[in-house]
Amino acid sequence: MITREKLAGGLAFLFAAAAAPLAPEWVVSLATIAFANALVVLGLVVLWRTGLVSFGQALYYCIGAYTVALIVRWSGFTDAFALVALGGVGAGIVAALVGFLLARYREIFFAMLSLALSMILYGVLVKTETLGSTDGFSVSTPSFLGYRPHGEALGLSLYWFTLAIDAVAAVLVGAYFRSVAGSLATPIRDNEIRVEFLGVSVTRIIHTKVVIAGVLGGLGGALAALTIGHVDPAMSYWTTSGGFVFVTILAGAGSVAAAFVGSLVFEMVRSFAVDIMPGLWQMVLGSVLLLTILFLPDGLGSLVARLRKREEAKP
Amino acid sequence: MLTAFAILTDGLVYAAYLFIVAIGLTLIFGVMKILNVTHGSFYAFGAYGAATAVGIYANADWPAALGFLFMITLAMLVGLIMGIILERGLLRLVYGKDEVVIVLVTYATFLILEDVIVLIWGAQSYAAYQPMVAAGSIEIGDLVLSNYDILLVAIAVVLAALAYWALKYTRQGRLLTTVIFDRETAAAFGINVTLVYTATFVIGAMLGALGGAVMAPKISVTLGIGVEVIVLAFAVVAIGGMGSIEGALIGALIVGICRAAAVHLAPQIELFVIYGVMALVLVARPYGLFVRAQPRKI
Repeated sequence: MITREKLAGGLAFLFAAAAAPLAPEWVVSLATIAFANALVVLGLVVLWRTGLVSFGQALYYCIGAYTVALIVRWSGFTDAFALVALGGVGAGIVAALVGFLLARYREIFFAMLSLALSMILYGVLVKTETLGSTDGFSVSTPSFLGYRPHGEALGLSLYWFTLAIDAVAAVLVGAYFRSVAGSLATPIRDNEIRVEFLGVSVTRIIHTKVVIAGVLGGLGGALAALTIGHVDPAMSYWTTSGGFVFVTILAGAGSVAAAFVGSLVFEMVRSFAVDIMPGLWQMVLGSVLLLTILFLPDGLGSLVARLRKREEAKP
Repeated sequence: MLTAFAILTDGLVYAAYLFIVAIGLTLIFGVMKILNVTHGSFYAFGAYGAATAVGIYANADWPAALGFLFMITLAMLVGLIMGIILERGLLRLVYGKDEVVIVLVTYATFLILEDVIVLIWGAQSYAAYQPMVAAGSIEIGDLVLSNYDILLVAIAVVLAALAYWALKYTRQGRLLTTVIFDRETAAAFGINVTLVYTATFVIGAMLGALGGAVMAPKISVTLGIGVEVIVLAFAVVAIGGMGSIEGALIGALIVGICRAAAVHLAPQIELFVIYGVMALVLVARPYGLFVRAQPRKI
């Protein structure tokens, strides 16, 4: 079964990479953003498997983005590989520090404390005049190990770059899910105390998950900053976090692939919905979220599992 | 000396506002174990309702003194209707799910209601300053105090006293306390928990709308006012302990005074003071000041 999933994932990856030069430019840039955000969602999936929801994942997203933007601004250093790695590391360090506080909490407190932390960053950035306050500032175009593309080539390079990082992240997170610490996610969600009786520190596992989610959030933010070419405090605002949570619930915690598909669907629906009914975007979002919770509590990913079960039931 | 007095009065007024919005949130959490993000919508609808009421009132030729009452009544009526519709129509369906999932349900509802506001009232902002102007102001020494602010503090004090009296000395309040303490045992003793839930949610919604209504004259009623309220009210409630009324009172006072001190002494840190205080309290007491440690169920 696992090999079949890996095969499907690999084929989808190759298809996504090969189809890009044929697609119009706006589709490529939309997909790049979607796949950058998918990393943040993947981090939320890691948490969601233990029943934790972070309403403040935008904190790491924003830190990743600002790390990249500030390095470019102050040093003129533009290599995308190093920048994105530093974005991930920066967010990871913050997550490790914040984790000492967060890992003590569950459920609502975990969600709302994350939210409060991200809003603190938002407040700091809005008040910081040197970083452009609410307007933010722009990020100059990245280079890839000395290669400096422009125009359409830049879009494609960023897209492939994002896709490659996504693939690595997907493989690593998949491996984490199958590891002992990863497999304990559902038991922790069901009954934490029994897990502790096994001699495992639940706090430490959750701290690890916060850091993993933080690093993924930072990578996503760093990629988004390079793709958009601009950073602003809204990246840390609660609506940004809300969007990520939305995709997580929609995708479900069942599989790694769901995060990527969910994020792509979300970006597409958003760009169409904003075009067709600009004023009612939040209403659409809220309604879909409600319907998902009420009728599809395990997310879109569970539809695949359901289909497969039906297939297996056939003689 | 003047600064100290100003900090104290500003802090009290801000604390009164925080308490009025936090009490509904903490009540609903205490009884139903739901962190109600929709509380921000109740606040916003209350404020918009009040602005509309003031608009109607300013055009009609009625005595000014009753305007405030008219405004509050209309806003609380809005809260009543919204509370009933939401609890009976939606929340009833998700009782028993994870706490976090219910937060998401209320979050989704909040998103929908944000756009409903645009549909009803449009995207422009409203002003409802008339009651504030009508109330006038008094001078104490060099300090000018608005009578409206004093009224706000009075409302908060009355609400606190009322909540204390209702929970301690009325039959319904005692029943509510048993439900807060243990829902299942209360149900086993024949208390109609479903009814208690509906009543609590509706009262919480009305309190949220009341918060919006009394603040409407002081602020510009515009889109997005509900968001700040949720985060602020949560901070207050988390400091005091979720579900505790006296906790909400102490939390509101702490946050109110600290913020006023920041505004007067170091304006640039105003935004973080609230969260800073919250983080400090939670490091020392992880579940707030007024909540006992819960035994963990295996």
